[in-house]
Amino acid sequence: MNLKPETLSKIDEVITHYPTKRSAMLPLLHLIQEDIGYLPEDTSEWIAAKLDLQPINVLEVITFYPMFRQKPIGRRHVKVCRTLSCALLGGYKTCAAFEKEFHTHLGEVSPDGEVTVDFVECLASCGTAPVVMIDDELHEKVDVAKAKQLSDQIRAEAKQR
Amino acid sequence: MPAPAQRRIIFQHIDEPGYTNDIGCYVRNGGYEVLKKAVGRKPEELIDEVKKSGLRGRGGAGFPCGVKWGLVDRKSGKPIYLIVNADESEPGTFKDRYIMHQDPHQLIEGTMISCFANNVKQAYIYIRGEMPHGARILEKAIAEARAANFVGPNILGTGYSCEIFVHRGAGAYICGEETGLIESLEGKRANPRIKPPYFPAVLGLYQCPTIVNNVETLCHVKYIAEHGGEAYSKIGTPGNTGTRIFCVSGHVQRPGYYEFPAGTITMGQLLNEVCGGPLPGRTFKAVIPGGSSAKILRFGERFKGKRKVGAEMLDYDWGVEDVPMDFDSLGMIGTMGGSGGVIVMDDTVNMVEALANINAFYSHESCGQCTPCREGSLWMKKISSRMVHGLARPEDAALLKSVADQIPGRTICAFGEACSWPTQSFIAKFGDEFKQYSETKKTAKPEGAHELV
Ligand SMILES: Cc1cc2nc3c(=O)[nH]c(=O)nc-3n(C[C@H](O)[C@H](O)[C@H](O)COP(=O)(O)O)c2cc1C
Ligand code: SF4
Ligand code: FES
Repeated sequence: MNLKPETLSKIDEVITHYPTKRSAMLPLLHLIQEDIGYLPEDTSEWIAAKLDLQPINVLEVITFYPMFRQKPIGRRHVKVCRTLSCALLGGYKTCAAFEKEFHTHLGEVSPDGEVTVDFVECLASCGTAPVVMIDDELHEKVDVAKAKQLSDQIRAEAKQR
Repeated sequence: MPAPAQRRIIFQHIDEPGYTNDIGCYVRNGGYEVLKKAVGRKPEELIDEVKKSGLRGRGGAGFPCGVKWGLVDRKSGKPIYLIVNADESEPGTFKDRYIMHQDPHQLIEGTMISCFANNVKQAYIYIRGEMPHGARILEKAIAEARAANFVGPNILGTGYSCEIFVHRGAGAYICGEETGLIESLEGKRANPRIKPPYFPAVLGLYQCPTIVNNVETLCHVKYIAEHGGEAYSKIGTPGNTGTRIFCVSGHVQRPGYYEFPAGTITMGQLLNEVCGGPLPGRTFKAVIPGGSSAKILRFGERFKGKRKVGAEMLDYDWGVEDVPMDFDSLGMIGTMGGSGGVIVMDDTVNMVEALANINAFYSHESCGQCTPCREGSLWMKKISSRMVHGLARPEDAALLKSVADQIPGRTICAFGEACSWPTQSFIAKFGDEFKQYSETKKTAKPEGAHELV
């Protein structure tokens, strides 16, 4: 696995936070996913060796937690809240607007490789529904018009790259 | 009766213009003075203050915090851990988010006081994975507090040392359940543990005695250490002391978070006065008072019985609007105050569709260990979503109920109850809507109604 030197030093640091190495499982998975964008196939072997575990101990964790992914996604990740408070104020429409803007379907990479749109469960911001997370950023009260505006912004940022 | 005034003790600085989340701002506002005094007291005294305060946990179950601390095994010789439950993932709940993002030092001070009181040397803040900024803010705040000698070795020269680390979850709701959280923190799937024997107070993290408290609960501890348990117990009502933060979402004019002395405000005052009532041209239809697993209330239903007021037993006859928003009153009418998440639905909402939305959540989030929960939550989702997207049959209501009735009491953790209560209560209160749904589907949706599943 090809990890950046900063990732490797963060990995060694975070292991010291716990009395047992195994506890560093979730932090390591986050660090690798942040570095590479997803968890490649050799992640289980690599972490198992690092934490003195069996690869299956890692794989069973990767497959349990919704935030971990084993395949690459679009460059930007649009996560629309699906749960009740957001749905009551139009979350499904917001989601459809993003799918339409990027000619894509839930869970797929858009044809231009730019985004993956996903539904996620309650993001603990129900008072400003509907909410959407784009990568690490939370966006509040995202109606169809705001979804279009955010999509334009994503496209503008893509052009600058 | 007009609604009482808000009393913000936990949310005092939330949304205050100019208030920032760095230690300088916190200290300018009197921050860490309580910790400085607390470390000069006997730990048992602090535990006594919390016991006297009557503080009940704000994570959902409302369990008395002092009693929880009293159950901790202190004779085992093993280290005692404290875990801050910052998983905030019960649908409808959004209070811990603002504390952590805007006033993280309040949480750290409360945590350190609680650690000192319980002789804890290592604490973890388990924050949900979807709050990456929150995690960074907390890490920065802990570093600042460590630099100021409020966290880390030899705190304020007392010889007492305690570390705090932030640990990020990864999108699984069940990590909010305390024993699932512990498994997750140990680097495993968040499969909850069976109690007995795995009560965290005795066999928690690494099989050591462990205290798990919600973010907001620990902020209340800070207030209690400052003002005393007795003074705290005078806020609110007997048995429901302190303040309560309500997170109101859904169909009201002014959704948001509101903090009131516990038990002093009714549902009607909260929704009509504080939150501005229903959206224009709509009427309230239903409300879920304490996070999505709390049983739903139907506007128009009445609750009758006897309740204890002081030493007397008095009759009560309440509509939904009249119910005081405290743990005990909500419990008395068959639902719960839970996490304080109030989800409001108006007359545009069809209850079959709302339930299908909730069922999709629970079937996605079941950890899968117990057959009744794993299969039951899946079947409740399949049936309710088939009703909406495919064929709806009059007998589906009974079928849904029979699935829901077979789950509670037969599972390892309280998720079993949490996932069956919505179905049970929706069908008990809106059974007609389920029976008629095949007909309803043929007619146009009310104006303004949204797709829910
Ligand atoms: C399915 C389930 C989900 C839960 N989710 C949370 C949560 O997100 N946050 C939380 O603080 N407590 C949650 N709890 C309650 C915790 O198990 C635990 O009771 C609580 O953290 C104790 O803290 P408190 O006594 O301060 O309330 C959940 C419980 C269950 C059964
Ligand atoms: S009740 Fe559900 S969530 Fe809880 S342990 Fe059993 S399967 Fe897992
Ligand atoms: S329901 Fe969308 S943030 Fe809670």
